[in-house]
Amino acid sequence: MESTELVAVVSIFIAGLAIAIGSIGPALGEGRALARAMDAIAQQPDASNTVTRTLFVGMAMIESTAIYCLVVALILIFANPFWSHFLQAGG
Amino acid sequence: MELSPDTIVYWQWGLVKINATLLFTWISGAILVLGSWLVTRRLRVRAEVGKGQAFLEMVVTLIRDQIRDATREEADAYLPLVGTLFLFIVFSTFLAVIPGVRNPAGSLSTTGALALCVFVAVPAYGIASKGLGGYLKHYVSPTPFMLPFHVIGEVSRTVALAIRLFGNIMSGRLIVAILLSIVPFVFPAIMEAFGLLIGFIQAYVFAILALVYIASGTRTVRDEREERTAEEADEDRSPDSSS
Repeated sequence: MESTELVAVVSIFIAGLAIAIGSIGPALGEGRALARAMDAIAQQPDASNTVTRTLFVGMAMIESTAIYCLVVALILIFANPFWSHFLQAGG
Repeated sequence: MELSPDTIVYWQWGLVKINATLLFTWISGAILVLGSWLVTRRLRVRAEVGKGQAFLEMVVTLIRDQIRDATREEADAYLPLVGTLFLFIVFSTFLAVIPGVRNPAGSLSTTGALALCVFVAVPAYGIASKGLGGYLKHYVSPTPFMLPFHVIGEVSRTVALAIRLFGNIMSGRLIVAILLSIVPFVFPAIMEAFGLLIGFIQAYVFAILALVYIASGTRTVRDEREERTAEEADEDRSPDSSS
């Protein structure tokens, strides 16, 4: 059962690490994108429709990297493939 | 705790299973088809327009305007596919507010299938508008060395499309489930409403990205150059019109 414990410990640790490191980049990127979009809307309020639409799409694409980290973290915690493998092998 | 509605099986016969994903995909598809069939069965003009027809016309006009804004082309070619994708995701998100109903977009199978539709639609629209040779030419467009990168790009953006929708919908649901065990009063309802907003935005993003991918496959290099010169002409004209 030692390998199961090791898998659990490593999975939980890495899940936390993945979401912590993985959210830094998208957060910075989204902040920059929003700031530039605000500047653009302030300078050209007429173009706010186009800017907002492009901002939404761009934000979703930036955010998808963070979502990938979240999916990996959730899989590690709730649906770990190695866990069931070791449980089957152990008993 | 189950991550996806795939694991909830209602009926099984040998290998054939009906799980929650399948059931609620069918239900929301059936409601959409039946509803639009009932409304479009007798279409009216002028003052006799009914409530349902007015609502559906509003939705279709809204989607058509969005497509026209995003592509700067006539929307009629893209409207059936992109509009269906958007309406299906939005409707299944709204349907999931009913207790016991699961959002089929919270399963990777559904989002993978939708992304595969886009993956197939890109060459289909491209070949329909430019011909087989014209479409294949864009794979080797600057140099033949770019061929593997074009192929990798098409596959990875399809995977990204599927995982983005799945991750957003599934994480919203999971947050509500976790909050139910921590603060089971009022707060999960707020997060559920937030999940509705996320579902709507993700449906919009999914449809717009599908549209962008399809439109980029149908465009030729000459079109883009002409558009750029047209934009520059617009910019030259705009200071006069704004002042």
